[in-house]
Amino acid sequence: MELPAQTFQVTRADLVRYAGASGDFNPIHWSDRVATKVGLPGVIAHGMFTMALVGRAVTEWAGSPDAVVEYGVRFTRPVVVPDDDQGTEIEVTARVREVTEDGLTRLEVTATCLGEKVLSQARATIRTAR
Amino acid sequence: MPLDPSFVGRTYPPTAPYQVGREKIREFASAIGATDPAHHDPEAARALGHTDVVAPPTFPVIVTMAASSQIIEDPALGVDYSRLVHGDQRFAYTRPVVAGDELVCTNTIEDVSTRGGHGFLTTRTDVSTVGGEPVVAVWARYVIRGEA
Repeated sequence: MELPAQTFQVTRADLVRYAGASGDFNPIHWSDRVATKVGLPGVIAHGMFTMALVGRAVTEWAGSPDAVVEYGVRFTRPVVVPDDDQGTEIEVTARVREVTEDGLTRLEVTATCLGEKVLSQARATIRTAR
Repeated sequence: MPLDPSFVGRTYPPTAPYQVGREKIREFASAIGATDPAHHDPEAARALGHTDVVAPPTFPVIVTMAASSQIIEDPALGVDYSRLVHGDQRFAYTRPVVAGDELVCTNTIEDVSTRGGHGFLTTRTDVSTVGGEPVVAVWARYVIRGEA
């Protein structure tokens, strides 16, 4: 079963805000100068910010903010965020892999940016509605 | 310089307690656009059976990232931070983090390897309350890029 796609807009302002909230001030997430110096095309989103947005999608599908039992991803491709008002978009979809007898649902999650997968092995296990 | 494989299995002393604040959870939830009332309103969280506002699933990384400096900055292990890339991240929850938790992290090095000139480091951080109640186990895998 496929779950309804969810789309998240990501702008530079979001990255600055996430940096402050998370304490991750690595300059590749806010300075084009530093990002290009280390070989990136420009400022990229924190991998953990992408993971947090996908986590929002998962809790949304679960229907409860406390239903996630396990959640893991591999970061495969950076999310480049241009310095304009639109930024970029991350689209998140998921497929139900398994529903267990003890009330767990295992999801296989796909996150793409500009049509390219940015995560692999993205999996979440959620408690089915109480 | 290759990472020293003798570090596999090493466990570090528990970190100083991290006090999870209600406003920190609200700030983090707002920064990721998580609007569910249980992240913001203690009453909504209590209605779900929690003692205070509930942190979003990736919130524990705030605590574990700070704690992992124990490993990443261990001069004996020799990780070059400027070449460090976050490869994988995984959480296994016993329960969600809630405001008022006082969390202690115990770091273990699960794997160290070198392949194709790159170093790989897998850490496990067991996050529990100061009272010893397990909350979440967190794995991170880092790639230390080799010199080109």
